Amino acid sequence: MQAFDYVRPTTVDEAVSILARHGDQARVLSGGTDLIVALRESRRQVQVVVDIKALAETAELAYSPQAGLRLGAAVPCYRIYGDTAVAAAYPGLIDAARLIGGIQIQGRASIGGNICNASPAADSAPALIVHAATCIIAGPHGRREVAAEDFFAGPGRTVLQPGEFLVSILLPAPEPGFGAAYLRFTPRNEMDIAVVGAGASVVLDETRRTIRSARVALGAVAPTPLLVAAAGDALAGLPADDAAVERAAALAQEAARPITDMRGTAEFRKHLSAVLTRRALRAAIARAQAA
Amino acid sequence: MSESVRVQASINGEEREFLCEPRQSLLEVLRDTLQLTGAKEGCNNGNCGACNVILNGVLVNSCLVLAVEADGAEITTIEGIALKDRLHPLQQKFLEHAALQCGICTPGFIVSAKALLDNNPDPTEEEVRHWLAGNLCRCTGYDKIIRAVLDTADSADMQSVRA
Repeated sequence: MQAFDYVRPTTVDEAVSILARHGDQARVLSGGTDLIVALRESRRQVQVVVDIKALAETAELAYSPQAGLRLGAAVPCYRIYGDTAVAAAYPGLIDAARLIGGIQIQGRASIGGNICNASPAADSAPALIVHAATCIIAGPHGRREVAAEDFFAGPGRTVLQPGEFLVSILLPAPEPGFGAAYLRFTPRNEMDIAVVGAGASVVLDETRRTIRSARVALGAVAPTPLLVAAAGDALAGLPADDAAVERAAALAQEAARPITDMRGTAEFRKHLSAVLTRRALRAAIARAQAA
Repeated sequence: MSESVRVQASINGEEREFLCEPRQSLLEVLRDTLQLTGAKEGCNNGNCGACNVILNGVLVNSCLVLAVEADGAEITTIEGIALKDRLHPLQQKFLEHAALQCGICTPGFIVSAKALLDNNPDPTEEEVRHWLAGNLCRCTGYDKIIRAVLDTADSADMQSVRA
């Protein structure tokens, strides 16, 4: 592997100053399951690897029913689904955390790293979008917040500027009547990359029969993960039934603009966008009704 | 060139100290510096599981961990699985079920299965298959491996190891 220096800052300010000093020659290390492979294969050249796992904020997994979830950018997947309160409150996030790689990948890989790697197929991206997550970014000019759906700039690219890094992700506390789900199509059940992924969340009214609001997001059908606002908006006020689900599925299919590659054709991905949106919405509604 | 770094870790219950470069993976150091060659380099990119070790109680691919990240860690490799006087029940059951052919993947499978049984003493077949999905065997298929793990979980020997 190429030679580089390794630093392990213990404060956010220290991390920012190292990143600012080295510009694109520095790269943040969290779980390393993407970065170490990229360095080994020389897909990335760096002089400094900045390990952010010693920062209190990036290692934090703090949930309260009032404040929601503060998910440190370096928290590995297994800690997320291993926390029963978090698992109950954020079912869409848990679906994704359990799908990323295999067990030994989930022992290292973080949700923060998954979105910073910015694959259009990143499993956690549609899940975070439907949970209405916000990314907390630290940089030379202080902190800023970016909605999960606005974090991606293209394949492998995010809105992070030189000197900036992702500190944590905030997920709002689920409202009463909330349910969410993420699922994907892959030829193999585990250790695979989504051909298409779909996330959905709903808030049902007190009768649990009418949709108050909804969010739908797709992965692997565009250069970035996609919030399908039209599909979510169309569901507001509708009964939580098959007709509503069909309408959202059709709108999601319309919004998808996939390419053909080794994992599937554009036509197949269009088809999957509707199928998976339908299934994700049904699962989200069922979870909202069971809660 | 970056300078060598001094790293301390408890490996299989023994305090070890070594020098490494930041670019070296834990797998590389285990094999080439510490002569613990049980963990194998298969794919070297996190797909095959042949290099799996238990790091602070968590199953990881040692090819995807930098050795410098292991400073202060507790690590169990395949060399630390056997009991003082005999094989670990998993190793014994892999032999009894002939759950290997060339053997390259076997250390990774046994370390993964150990982590599974530490976590879930009585897994279903589906749970075993799911847990071991990140371990690849290119010789013989997986049925004998799955049976060996399930049989270990049920065995009296495993219960005595736990007690």
